Amino acid sequence: MPDKKTILRVAEILIDELKLEDITPETFNPDLDLVDELGIDSMDLTTVVLVLQDEYGITIDEEDYPKLSNVTLIAEYIEEKLKEK
Amino acid sequence: MNTVSSMLDNEWHERYRQISKLNIRSSIYDVTNKCNLRCKGCFFFSSDEHKKSPDEPDIRKWEEFVDREKARGVNLAILIGGEPTLFLDRVEAFYRRLPTYCATNGIIKVPRERFPDLMVGISLWGDEEDEKTLRGRDTFSISRKNYEGDPYTYYLYTITPKQIGKIERIIKKIADVGLKVHMQLLSNDEGVDGFSWKHEELLDLRKEMDEVLDKYPDTVISSKYYHQIITTGTMLGRPFGWMECPSVTKPLDNRKPEPKRLIEFIRWAADLKTMHRCCTSETRECSTCKDGAAHMSWVMVNKRAHMRSPKDLQNWIEVYEMFAKLYKFIPW
Repeated sequence: MPDKKTILRVAEILIDELKLEDITPETFNPDLDLVDELGIDSMDLTTVVLVLQDEYGITIDEEDYPKLSNVTLIAEYIEEKLKEK
Repeated sequence: MNTVSSMLDNEWHERYRQISKLNIRSSIYDVTNKCNLRCKGCFFFSSDEHKKSPDEPDIRKWEEFVDREKARGVNLAILIGGEPTLFLDRVEAFYRRLPTYCATNGIIKVPRERFPDLMVGISLWGDEEDEKTLRGRDTFSISRKNYEGDPYTYYLYTITPKQIGKIERIIKKIADVGLKVHMQLLSNDEGVDGFSWKHEELLDLRKEMDEVLDKYPDTVISSKYYHQIITTGTMLGRPFGWMECPSVTKPLDNRKPEPKRLIEFIRWAADLKTMHRCCTSETRECSTCKDGAAHMSWVMVNKRAHMRSPKDLQNWIEVYEMFAKLYKFIPW
């Protein structure tokens, strides 16, 4: 399970970048499917990935995008990448 | 916060799931600068795009090019021209490697023994009389014979202002030969007299397009929301134009802020090096562009903007389904 701080920060980035309304990082369900439930598309994901790469100093390959289907999985992915550094 | 499941009942949610992860990445390819017609209002010839670069003659270079496109993530090749069927070896280079759609005027029949399930879209401009005026001959009678009953072919019926009140006759003729049809509107790039749209004509046309969709649901591949978008040129109160168009070639797209757009979309010239500005021609006035695919894509890339009400989201689903059907990502 990823660190709560990482989860909250990823949720915050999603909310800011996608201009999601009526939601805070604390109330964001981290297991909500981003495509099936939030309706995000590839361009949205690309926008979020660019911010995550800058923030955490990691590279996210496009072929990994399908793995990034909710906030928990994104946070896990980030932490794995940070361990590899 | 609106979520998809909170806005849709089970049936609509299932339809959403069927398309939500398709991740269609299309690009457009001019297969050749040559054509066996010279139509008044063809964006390709009226803008002199056919003179911008020569055809690449080496088929191995086409094959290598398609491999590079596939590696770039393209999963739908849309072949236009010129007339692609004049160079079937180039069509085959795509067909053997990628899901491929071939636009054609239908005069030359794609040999099904060589291309058993190639998606074919036959262009049809108005009715027989319009075709003679705009294209120099009635291609409709030829293409109907060539493709009768073909399960991988549909008509791309470009409606002209002269067709108002008459489109059912064309739809019925297409239904009678067992083919499907999708509708778009003429953009009249060469300003042919009597072929430009007036506001009230577009209102009438929308109603007529809705009526044929209701009456011929097994023949017409369309949606009423698409009819609204293409006839009004507005979506969610936003007018179509350069700053909204989703199908601008990515490496040439310097718009700020960048609008929602097709990911990595490129329209390539037949030299396999030159890129054209967008899915039509750069001489076309974007605010009056009536290109059907551009308007469909406009809706498709703006999914979250349609999550403001259940009806808006259902409209988005219907347009996405229409696109996915036209390119056989889901069945007709």
